[in-house]
Amino acid sequence: MDYEKIEKNALVRQRALKAVTYALLTLWAVLVLFPFYWMVLTSLKSYGAYNAEWVPKLYTLSPTLENYREAFTAVPLAGYFVNTIIFTVITTAAMLLVTVLAAFAFARLNFRGKNLAFTAFLALMMIPSELVVITNFVTITNLDLRNTFTGLILPSVTSVFYIYLLKENFAQIPDELYYAAKVDGTSDLKYLFKVMIPICRPTIITVTILKVIECWNAYVWPRLITDDESYFLVSNGIQAIRENGFGRDNIPAMMAAVVVISAPLILLFLIFRRKIMAGVSRGGVKG
Amino acid sequence: MEQNNYKGWLYLLPAAAFLGAFLVYPLIDVFIYSVEEGYNFASQTYWGVGGYNFSYVLHDPYFLQALKNTFILVLITVPVSTGLGLLISVGLASIRRLRELYQTVYFLPYVTNTLAVGLVFMILFKQTPYSDGFANLILSRFGAGPIDFIGGPYWAKMLVLCLYTVWVVMPFKVLILTSALASVDETYYNAARVDGTSKMRIFFKITLPMISPTVFYLIITGFIGAFKAYSDAVALFGTDLNAAEMNTIVGYIYDMLYGASGGYPSYASAAAVLLFAIVLTITCINLMVSKKHVHY
Repeated sequence: MDYEKIEKNALVRQRALKAVTYALLTLWAVLVLFPFYWMVLTSLKSYGAYNAEWVPKLYTLSPTLENYREAFTAVPLAGYFVNTIIFTVITTAAMLLVTVLAAFAFARLNFRGKNLAFTAFLALMMIPSELVVITNFVTITNLDLRNTFTGLILPSVTSVFYIYLLKENFAQIPDELYYAAKVDGTSDLKYLFKVMIPICRPTIITVTILKVIECWNAYVWPRLITDDESYFLVSNGIQAIRENGFGRDNIPAMMAAVVVISAPLILLFLIFRRKIMAGVSRGGVKG
Repeated sequence: MEQNNYKGWLYLLPAAAFLGAFLVYPLIDVFIYSVEEGYNFASQTYWGVGGYNFSYVLHDPYFLQALKNTFILVLITVPVSTGLGLLISVGLASIRRLRELYQTVYFLPYVTNTLAVGLVFMILFKQTPYSDGFANLILSRFGAGPIDFIGGPYWAKMLVLCLYTVWVVMPFKVLILTSALASVDETYYNAARVDGTSKMRIFFKITLPMISPTVFYLIITGFIGAFKAYSDAVALFGTDLNAAEMNTIVGYIYDMLYGASGGYPSYASAAAVLLFAIVLTITCINLMVSKKHVHY
C-alpha cells in the first residue's frame, strides 16, 4: 500500500472541504451585509446621480451628505427619533421596576398562593400577542389614550418571560446572605436594591438590552394606536416616509433615513455583542 | 422563612395589574368579541350571539387570500431557513479562524428594524421607470428578462417575501444551532473517528440526533413565527396589503381592526381565534411527530 499517496489524498480532500466551507460562509456573509452596504451607498448618492443610473452602480465617486440633511429637514425624522427614545426609556424603566419586584416576590418572599401564582404567570407566556391586541386597542381607544405616550407605553410594559428569567437568577443567590442581612436589620426592599440587584446585574443588563431592541423595533402597536404624525415611532415614521415622505421618489433620502434609524441598534449590538447574543440564545423570540 | 402574605402580594401587585389588564382580560374578551354578532364599535352594542363572525371571515376572499399566502410562506420559509441554518452552523462549527467575525455578521439582521431594512429589500427588487433595479441586473447576467418583484406577478412577490423572511429569521436559528453544536460531547466524534466513519455518516448518525431537540425547537418556533408574519410584508409592499394580494392572517386581523377597512373588532377577533386554532393544531402535530424522531 502506498501510504504517502493515501495520506496526500486525504489532505487534499480536507483542504478542498475547508475551501468550500469558507466559500459558503463568505457567500452568506455577503448576502447578509449587502443590504446594509446598499443602504449606506445609496444614501451617499445624490438624487440626480441615483436616478440617472439605469444600471445601478456598486460604488460612488462623489459621495454627498445632502440626503442626510434632507432626511432631517423634509420629514420630521428627529421627532420620530425623540419619540422612540422617550417610548423606549420609559417602557424599559417601567418594565424593569415591575419585573424586578415580581421576580423578588417569587424568588425571595414566602406567601400563600405563591406557587399557584407562579404557575399562572408561566401559563401567561403562551398567550400570543395577536390575540390580546384587539381588546387592548379597544381599551386604549375607550380611555381616550390614542395618540398619547401613556397609550403607547402601558400595554408594552408587561414581559412575563423576563420575570421568569430574573426569578431564576435571583433564586441562585444563597439564603445565608438574606439571613445575614435580616440579622443586621436590613429591610427587604433595601436587601433587594443593595444586594440582589448588584449580584444579578449581568442578567438585568441583558433583559434591558433585549427590551430596548424590542421597543426600538415596535411597529404593530404604535401603528394601531397613533395616527398623529407627532407621536410616530421610527418604524411608523419610515412607513410614512415611504408612502408620502419626500413628495417624490427620493430614494437616496429614504435610505439616509433608514441608515439613521438602523445605526443606534447596530452600535448597541457592536458594544454589547456577547451579552446580546447570550441573552437571545437564552430567551430571544423572533423566528 | 417567615410567612408574610400581604407583603408578597404587594410586590407582585404591579406585575399582576399590568398582566391582568393587558393580557388576561383581553384574552377572555377576544373570545367574547368573536361570538358577538353585529357588534357596533361606536355604540358598543350587538344583536346576538353565534358563529356568524367566523362564517363571515371564512367566506371573505381577503381572508382566504391571506390564509393561502401565510401557508405558502410557512411551507417555504420554515424548511428553507432551518436547512440553511443547519448548513451554516455546521460550517461555522468546523472552522476556527474568523469564526467570531462570521458569527457577528450573521447576527446583524436580528438587531435591525424590520421596516427599515425591508425598504432596502424593496429597492433592490423594485422595477421603476428609471431603473430595473439590482435584482434584475443580476438576472440579466443570466439572460432572464426584467421582472417587477414588488408590483409584478404573484409568484415574484411571494419569492421576495420568502427571501426577506428567511434573511430576517436566520440570525436566531444560526445562533441557537451553533450553541447546540458546541455542546455535543467530543467523545462521540472521537469514537466515530477511530472507527473510520465518514463525515456524512457522522453528521446523520451522531450530530443530527444529538441536536435534534434544538432543531425541533427551532421548527416549532419557526412555524409559530411564520404564521404570525406581518411586518415583513408591510415593509416590502406597503400598508395596503390586500391591494398587493400579499396580506397575511395577522395583517387581515389588523386591517379589520383599524385603517381604511377597519372598525370591525368582532371580525378581527374571529380571525385571531382562527389563527390561534391553526397555530395550536400545527404545534400539536409537531409535538406528536417529534415523539417519534427526537432523541432526548
